Amino acid sequence: MPENAPLILVIEDEIQIRRFLRVALTGSNYRLIEAVTGQDGLVQAATRQPDLVILDLGLPDRDGLQVIEDLRTWTAVPIIILSARQQENDKVLALDAGADDYLTKPFGVSELLARIRVALRHATRTTQTAEPALFTVGDLRVDLAQRQVFVGEQEIHLTPIEYKLLVTLVQYAGKVVTQRQLLKEVWGPAYTTETHYLRVYMGQLRHKLETDPTRPHYLLTEPGVGYRLKV
Amino acid sequence: MPFQLLNYPATQLLFMPELTRLDPDELLVHAQAEEAQQYRGKLKIFLGYAAGVGKTYAMLEAAHQRTQQGVDVVVGYVETHKRAETEALLAGLEVMPRLQVEYRGITLPEMDVDAILARRPKLALVDEFAHTNAPGSRHPKRYLDVEDLLVAGIDVYTTLNIQHLESLNDVVAQITGVVVRETIPDRVIDEASELQFVDLPPDELLQRLQEGKVYIPEQAARAIQKFFRKGNLTALREMALRRAAEQVDDQMRAYMQTRAIPGPWPASERLLACVGPSPLSERLVRATRRLADELNAEWFAVYVETIAHTQLSQPERDKVARHLLLAEELGAKTAVLPGQSIAETALNYARTHNITKIVAGKPLHSRWRDLLFGSIVDQLIHQSGAIDVYVISGQGEQVKTAEISPWLPHPPWGRYLRSIILVGLATMLAELVHPTLSVTNILVIYLFTVIWAAVSLGRGPAILTSFLGVLAFDFLFVPPRGTFAVSDTEYILTFLGLFAVGMTISYLTDRFQQQAEASQRRATETAILYELGRDLAVAAELETILEVVVRNIGRTFGRDTAVLLPDEGGQLTVSAHSEGFELDENETAVAAWAFEHNQPAGRGTDTLPATHSRYIPLKTAHGVVGVLGVRPSNMGAILSPEQRRLLDAFASLAALAVERAYLAQEAQKAHLQVETERMRSSLLSSVSHDLRTPLAGMMGAASILLENETLPPHTRREMTQTIYEEAYRLNSLVGNLLNMTRLEAGAIEVKKAWQPLEEVIGTALSRMEASLREHPVITQLPPDLLLVPLDELLIEQVLVNLLENAVKYTPVGSPIEISAWMEEMFITVQVADRGPGFLPGDEERLFEKFYRGRQPTGSGVGLGLAICRGIVAAHNGRIHAQNRPGGGAIIQFTLPIEGTPPQLKVEEGEL
Repeated sequence: MPENAPLILVIEDEIQIRRFLRVALTGSNYRLIEAVTGQDGLVQAATRQPDLVILDLGLPDRDGLQVIEDLRTWTAVPIIILSARQQENDKVLALDAGADDYLTKPFGVSELLARIRVALRHATRTTQTAEPALFTVGDLRVDLAQRQVFVGEQEIHLTPIEYKLLVTLVQYAGKVVTQRQLLKEVWGPAYTTETHYLRVYMGQLRHKLETDPTRPHYLLTEPGVGYRLKV
Repeated sequence: MPFQLLNYPATQLLFMPELTRLDPDELLVHAQAEEAQQYRGKLKIFLGYAAGVGKTYAMLEAAHQRTQQGVDVVVGYVETHKRAETEALLAGLEVMPRLQVEYRGITLPEMDVDAILARRPKLALVDEFAHTNAPGSRHPKRYLDVEDLLVAGIDVYTTLNIQHLESLNDVVAQITGVVVRETIPDRVIDEASELQFVDLPPDELLQRLQEGKVYIPEQAARAIQKFFRKGNLTALREMALRRAAEQVDDQMRAYMQTRAIPGPWPASERLLACVGPSPLSERLVRATRRLADELNAEWFAVYVETIAHTQLSQPERDKVARHLLLAEELGAKTAVLPGQSIAETALNYARTHNITKIVAGKPLHSRWRDLLFGSIVDQLIHQSGAIDVYVISGQGEQVKTAEISPWLPHPPWGRYLRSIILVGLATMLAELVHPTLSVTNILVIYLFTVIWAAVSLGRGPAILTSFLGVLAFDFLFVPPRGTFAVSDTEYILTFLGLFAVGMTISYLTDRFQQQAEASQRRATETAILYELGRDLAVAAELETILEVVVRNIGRTFGRDTAVLLPDEGGQLTVSAHSEGFELDENETAVAAWAFEHNQPAGRGTDTLPATHSRYIPLKTAHGVVGVLGVRPSNMGAILSPEQRRLLDAFASLAALAVERAYLAQEAQKAHLQVETERMRSSLLSSVSHDLRTPLAGMMGAASILLENETLPPHTRREMTQTIYEEAYRLNSLVGNLLNMTRLEAGAIEVKKAWQPLEEVIGTALSRMEASLREHPVITQLPPDLLLVPLDELLIEQVLVNLLENAVKYTPVGSPIEISAWMEEMFITVQVADRGPGFLPGDEERLFEKFYRGRQPTGSGVGLGLAICRGIVAAHNGRIHAQNRPGGGAIIQFTLPIEGTPPQLKVEEGEL
């Protein structure tokens, strides 16, 4: 394993999940350290300075949310949380507290690796380079410099808000963005609870960009949490 | 075995052969009495014949002896009357503080029963056994307080003068001329474990009195002086000695019985006292009790309710009730017997109850009445046969008693007037027919008139009619006409005949009427009980039962009623009451006492009689289920014995009904539990099957992978695939189970928000992406972005479940259509497939828990549609299934659109 491979800290009390993560991550050339409790995890994070943290929300010793808050007091390391379905509210709270992304148990290896890749990429981008001027996924092309949007060769005309919404998603491409975050960044802090604005504009955007708006390709809904632009 | 006999003491030898004659019943009674005694404290009474003989002194001395023996003794209440020698004896004994009871501005010292109960000594000294407590105390009499101590297992020493004994009350009054008001029932002494007679010759007592050593309260000084005469004292001393001797005799007999020592057993005697409203009855009751004591006999007191009873005034009826009550207190069994003749009915009762002696009162009325109507005593003596009849004398102050004669009712004067008019009319008729009829036949007219008067006007008017009739007949028709002179002596017989007819018929009519009334009253009572029984029989709910009880008692007895039942914590609470029955804290405490002690308490009972209501425990075979509180709406009226019995009958009926309701409730609970248990087990079996199937697949595949290192790659892949798919299935199954549990527990909160339906359908489709790969999905939604108030996560779950079903039940490649449309204030969403459709009749059952329609290729728990229904219902919507024309299944759900969708600020222009 290369010395400069990203170091991932897994904070998880379930041995089966840890074993699965160990196989999946080392097999994809990541270095791994494990912690069983939140307390141990915080110590490991401080001493080993990992490049990414995978944190289970249901730890025996302390609330996962607390761990995120503790970490965020001194580090911007990307945090991916693991949680069960039907805990949408917890996920939103964790994301708003500073977590970068989440995975719902049970999840597959490909999903996990995709999230890790996105999170690592965003982390390096914010520290090193400016955003690229062009964003492409599938047939969708967003020219940030020219403020132009294309599907295939066809230029799509968007309203200012639609464009702003799309650009916000592009900034976090591949990462989940909570409704609150989107509302705040696109409409302003006064609109953080007016979710119907977001839904209506997202619907308009889908009608303009997706071939079948009911089976979206680029603009994915994370039910109860927010949206994600596919990469 | 002559040599063996020598080993026995002489006394025992004598009785040896009798050992076999041990009567098991007698032994059992004895054993039970002894057992009861073990839990109860022992009562020792220091009996004297007058104040000053040294009872308290003797009691204190005995207490000192017990203290020296190491017994825990306290002085509950001792009155030393400041006598130095007595006070000296108090030293060294623990004296309980007294309770100061406020009554009309005076503070009265009383024994603090609760303090003694809390202190729990082995022995308590309680002076003046017959003392009457201050009003408002727990019990009206001190002996009842002592009873509480005994029940708590505390031994009690107490003092008593012989004149306070209830059965001797009248004798004492007769001898001394002083009526003693504070009395105690004889049974209290009978039940005492020991009776110690404290004696002092009368001369010495009188000397002590002169020396001022005997305490005499100033206000009673004169009466006491009258009391303390040598003759009185001697008589009282004799009474006390006799009583003590009787007690010793009883103990001796009891001792002989337990040891099976044969003795000169008295033939078992049974006495019967016939009581009535007369004041003589009170004496009669006491005398019978004394006689019964002397004969060691069981005794009865009866009142024969003849037709005369209906004519008694209310105070007289109360007197009868009081006499029976007194008899009960003195240990008699009492009964009210309906009947025509007192003597006959009493004798019948006597024969059926093996009575050996009847005690009757000497008649108070004059002798001519006896000659005319016959005397009850005479009848008794004539008809008694083998039964002895004792006649008790009156006291000569009976003048007041016969103020209302039961035999002569007083009808209104109007009836006499009518009888005069009747005679006038008869005379006019007779005058009319006189020329054609003979004198004898004219008499018949008068005869009819008398009969008429007797039947319709009552006895008095009938006698008046016959008298006037005879006069008119004599004056107008009997020669010589116009005078009262009678020419023929035969007419005298005619007159007498007319009188006799009038008397007889009116007497018979009266009697029939009264009897009819009496039987009517009894029939009413029976009807009332029957009615209550019937009402209770149809009432199933506890509430209804209580309501019926309260209503019936109010109607029958004119009493306000409350039923108190214990709540879940065992606290007695009012469960039903009539208007105007309010319970304050005191009353509730009395009710609680009745409940705990299983004895009536409150008004008209021995316990806390100062309260407004009487509390009767509702007893059943399994214990007390509650308490019935009864309060007279019209204060002061005493319930007659038959009414009390009727009320008790009501209480038992009510108790049974309440118990039945309780049992029914329990049965209902048990049934519900069984039902729940059945549901749970069917769920468990279904769930365990469906959970185990995928687990079995996974474990099997995993074990193959573990144990065979050299599997060809495609087999490995197949096994891994199996594990993955089964895990996936298990995941959705567990998800469904969790959803269902949360729905049922009410843990799911519907968070409605205005959502574009398109987005919800979109998320459901993307969640189902993998399964839908082999089915074309067609969506038909309204063109504009429709906002619907719904909980996106829950409705998404509904859509996922519907899509899963469609995938599960339809062949690969068949299309699935999702469509939605608006109708007024509703949005309908429909999922349709081209599969086999539903089995006929299944459309409703599909939505039941654990119901599975056509067995699909995969499996499920049968929860998917039940969850859909739960979620849709939580949105106030409806869901239903139908077969699709042309083949396939359709499931539609409709959600209401409540409120108005939010307005968006319209955005102008483009980039």
